[in-house]
Amino acid sequence: MQFPVISVIVFTPIITSLLLLIMPGNRKTEIRVTSLGAAALDLSLSIWLYFSYNVSAGGYQFVEQYNWLPQFGISYHVGVDGLNTPLVLLTGVVMFTGVLISWGVDDRPREFFAFLFILATGVFGVFVSLDLFMLFFFYEIAVFPMYLLISTWGWKVTREYAAMKLTLYLFIGSVVALIGALAMYFNSGLGSFDLITLETANFSVGFQRFWFPFVFIGFAVLGGLFPFHNWSPDGHVAAPTAVSMFHAGVLMKLGAFASLRIGIMLLPEGAKFWMPTIILLTLVNVVYGAFIASVQTDFKYVVGFSSVSHMGLVAMGFATLNREGLIGSGVQMFSHGVMTALFFAVVGMIYDRAHTRQIPELGGFAKKMPLVAVAFIVGGLVSMGMPGFSGFVAEFPIFMGVWEFKPWIAIVGAISIVITASYIIRIISSVFFGKMPESYADHITDVKVLDKVALIFLSVLLIVIGVFPSIMVPMVESGVENILRLLGGA
Amino acid sequence: MFGSINTSMILAILPEIMLFILAGFVFVFDLVWDDSQRRNLGWISAGGFSLIIMISLMLGTPGSDSGLVWGGMLRHDWLGFAFKMLFLFGATITALFAMDVEDLGKKGEFYLLLIFSTLGMTLMASSSNLIMLYLSIEATSLPLYILAGFFKDDDKSTEAGFKYFLFGAMASAIMLYGFSLLYGFSGTTDLDAIAGVIKAGGMNPVLLVGTLLMILVGFGFKISAVPFHFWAPDVYEGAPTVVAGFLSTASKAAGFTVLIRVLLTSYAPASDTWMMVLAIISTLTMTLGNTLALAQKNIKRLLAYSSIAHAGYILIGVVAISELGITGSIFYIIVYLITNLAAFGIVSVVGRITGSDEISAYDGLSRRSPWLGLAMLVVFLSLAGMPPFGGFIVKVLVLASAVKAKLFWLAFVGILNSIIGLYYYLIVLKHVYLYRSENEQVEIPVTRPYAIGLIVLTIGIILLGVVISPWFNVSTIAAKVLF
Repeated sequence: MQFPVISVIVFTPIITSLLLLIMPGNRKTEIRVTSLGAAALDLSLSIWLYFSYNVSAGGYQFVEQYNWLPQFGISYHVGVDGLNTPLVLLTGVVMFTGVLISWGVDDRPREFFAFLFILATGVFGVFVSLDLFMLFFFYEIAVFPMYLLISTWGWKVTREYAAMKLTLYLFIGSVVALIGALAMYFNSGLGSFDLITLETANFSVGFQRFWFPFVFIGFAVLGGLFPFHNWSPDGHVAAPTAVSMFHAGVLMKLGAFASLRIGIMLLPEGAKFWMPTIILLTLVNVVYGAFIASVQTDFKYVVGFSSVSHMGLVAMGFATLNREGLIGSGVQMFSHGVMTALFFAVVGMIYDRAHTRQIPELGGFAKKMPLVAVAFIVGGLVSMGMPGFSGFVAEFPIFMGVWEFKPWIAIVGAISIVITASYIIRIISSVFFGKMPESYADHITDVKVLDKVALIFLSVLLIVIGVFPSIMVPMVESGVENILRLLGGA
Repeated sequence: MFGSINTSMILAILPEIMLFILAGFVFVFDLVWDDSQRRNLGWISAGGFSLIIMISLMLGTPGSDSGLVWGGMLRHDWLGFAFKMLFLFGATITALFAMDVEDLGKKGEFYLLLIFSTLGMTLMASSSNLIMLYLSIEATSLPLYILAGFFKDDDKSTEAGFKYFLFGAMASAIMLYGFSLLYGFSGTTDLDAIAGVIKAGGMNPVLLVGTLLMILVGFGFKISAVPFHFWAPDVYEGAPTVVAGFLSTASKAAGFTVLIRVLLTSYAPASDTWMMVLAIISTLTMTLGNTLALAQKNIKRLLAYSSIAHAGYILIGVVAISELGITGSIFYIIVYLITNLAAFGIVSVVGRITGSDEISAYDGLSRRSPWLGLAMLVVFLSLAGMPPFGGFIVKVLVLASAVKAKLFWLAFVGILNSIIGLYYYLIVLKHVYLYRSENEQVEIPVTRPYAIGLIVLTIGIILLGVVISPWFNVSTIAAKVLF
C-alpha cells in the first residue's frame, strides 16, 4: 500500500492540536516547539508531495478513498491534481511561517496553536477533498476556529465586531452553497457525493443556470467577491498576525478554489451563462479594491483591501473560462497567498514595535530593520506584477485571458496595477524611509531570528517562481486541462 | 385477553421490568442507608440504567416481525427500542449529574421519580394504542411535574413545577379530548386500525383536521413547539438544572417518538393535510426560538429557547415525510439529546460554584477551568451545527430531506435560522474564551460523576459527528418501521 501522504498532511495538525490541549498550559516553550515540529513536518510533506506529483501524467494522484457513510454516498476521498497541489504547498508554507511569527504569543499559547492547527486541518481538507460532503465538512472546520482566534487574540478595538461579522458571512455563504450541493446530489440521481462521479451527472441546463449562483457566490463570499467582500478587510485587520496570514493567504483561496471546484466544474453550463455578470463583479473587485486600498491610512487596511483587489483577479481569471485565465488564476492563488502572508507578517512586526499602524505616524523603519524592508519591497513588486516576480507570472496570463473575452475589461482592469503601484510605493516611502518619529525611535529593535527565517523563506519563494515559472505553470496547466474538458464536453 | 404469556412478550417489556426492579432497589437502599450514604443512590441508579441498556441490547432487540405484543397495546419494534435505549442513556447521565446537587443528590425520591418517569417514556416509545399512549404520557409527566418543583423552599422551582403542571394538564386534557373524538369516529383505539379507517375515507375531513390539531397540542407541548412553548423557558430556569436537562432531552425525545409514530401510522393516509400544518409549526418554532434566544442573559433560558429552535429543526425531517427525513430526525434527536445533556451538565457544574446562571458568570471560564471551557466549546459548536461534531451531519441530513422533498423554502428557513443560532452560541463562547473575570483564580472543581458524564458526552458528540455510519444505520432501521 502506498504511504497515505495526503491523510498524514491533513490530520497532522488536528492530532497535534489534541496533543497540545492535553499539555499543561504553562509549559509555553514546549508548546511552541511541538507546534513548530508539527508545522515543519507538514511543510516537508507538502514540499515532497509537490515535487513527487507527476505533471506529465496529470489527473488525480495520491488518491485515497474509504467509505464514510456509504448509505448516503459519502466517502472519504482525497487526491491532488495540478490545481490543488500548489495550494497544499501554500498551506504548508503559511502554517510554518505562521508558527514562526507567532512565537511571541503569550496569552494561552496552548489554545492559540491548537485552534490555529484545527484551522489548518480544515484548510488542507478542503483543498484535497474529492467528495462534496467532505469538502463542506472541512470547510466548516476551517471557519469556526477563526472566530475564536480573532475574538480572543485579535486587535482589541475591533475584534469582537470583526470576528462575528467574518464568521456569519462565511457561514451564510457556506450554508447557501450547501443547499445547492444537496440539490445537485438529489438531482443527479447518482446517489453519490463524489466529485468525480458528479462531474458526469449531466445536469439539465436550466438546473445548472438556476443553482450556479447559489453555489458559486456562496463560496465566493470567502474568496472576497464584490459585493460580499466587506467582512474581509475588517477580519484581516482585527486578526492576530498569524491568523491574518492564514486568513488572507490561505482561507480566501479556499473560497476561490471551492467555487471553482463545485461551481464551475460541476455546473459548467451555469458558469457559461453567468460568466459575464461575474466578470463585471470581479472587475469592480479589482479596481475598486485597489482604489480603496490606496486611500486607507491604516497600514493593515491597505494590505487588507489589496487582498480584495488581488483575489478579484483570481475570480476574474476563473470567470474567463479559458486556458490563459484559469492558469493565471491558479498561479495567482499561490503567488498572492505567499505575498499577502509576507505583507501581514511585516505589518505585524511593525505594529508590535511602533504600536500604531497609521501610515503618517510611521517612518524610517528600513534603517532599524533592513531585512523587513527588503521583504516588503519584494512583496510589493510581486503585488505590482513586476516581471521576475511571481506576480507577473500570474497576472499576465489573467489579463491575456480577459483580453480574449473583452479587451475593454482587461484595459479597465489594468488600471488596478497602476493604483497598486501607487499605494505600494507610498507605503515603502513613508513607512520604511523618511524619518522615524522620535516618540518611539529609541525603543525600536530589529526583528528576531525566527521572524527573519520566515520572511526570507517567503521572499525567496516569490522570486523563485518569478524566475523559474516552469516549476509551477505546467503543473497548474495540467489541472486546467481537466476543467477545459468539462467546459467543452458539457 | 392476552392469551398465554410467552417469552417474546416478556422480552418486549424487558427494560420496563428491569426499571421496576431498579426502583425497588433504590427504594430499599433509601430506607436502610443513612444520610451520608444516600449519595450512592446515584451510582446505583446510573449503574442500573446502564446495566439495563446492556442487557436489553443483548437479549431484548426486536425481531423483524411487526412486533405487536400484549394484545396490541405495545409494539416491540426498532423505532421504540432505539428510543428506549436513548431515554435510558439520558437517565443514566441525569442520575450522575444529580449526585452532587445540594438538596437533591441525597434524596431517594429524586431517583425514584426519575426511574418512574423513564419507565413512562419507554412505554410511550412502544405504545401502539391510544389508551396505552395516554397512560404512558401521563406516567411520564406526573413525576416530571414533581421533579421540576423539587426544591420546595425555592420560589422559582415551585413556580416552575406549578407552571409545568398547569400547562401540562391543560395540553393533556385537550389531547385526551382529541383521542376520544378519534375513537368515537373511527371506532377503534388501535393506531394502525385508525389509519385503515382514514384511508377508507371513513372520517370527515374537518374532524380529521380537528382531532389532529388537538393531538398536536399535547405533543407540541411535550416537544415545546411554538405555540405551545411558553412553559419551557420559565420551567428550565426555575427547575433544578439536572431536571431541566432531563426535560429538554429525554422528555422531548419521548414527545417526538409519539409524534412521529402517530403521524406516520394513524395519520399517514392524510399526510398531505398535516404536512403543511407541521411545516408552519416547524418554521415558527425555529424562528421564534432562535430570535428570542438572542436576547437572553440567563444561560438556562438561552438553552430553553435554543431547545425550542432545535425542535423546529427536527420537525423539518418529519415534514419531509420520507425515510431519509425520519432517519435524519431520529439521528438529530440522538445528537441533540447527548449535546444538550452535556450543556446542562456544564451549567450545573458552573452553577454550583458561581451560584449564578447568568451568562456573565461564564466570563473567563477557559482560564478558570480549561477543560470545562473546551467541553463548552464542543457542546455549543455542536448545537450550532459545526463539524466535526454531531450537530453538523444531522443538520445536513434534515436539510437534505427537505431538499429531496423539494421543500426548498423550508431548507432556506432552516439555514437562516442556523445562522441566527450560530450568533448566540458564539456569544456564549466569547464569554468563555475572551472576557476576563475577577474570580479567575478560583478554580471550578469537577467532581467525579460530573467528570465521567461530561467526558462520555463530549467524546460521544465527536464520535457522532465523525463515525457517522453506525448511527445512520440505527436511525434508518428505526425509520424503516414506519415505511
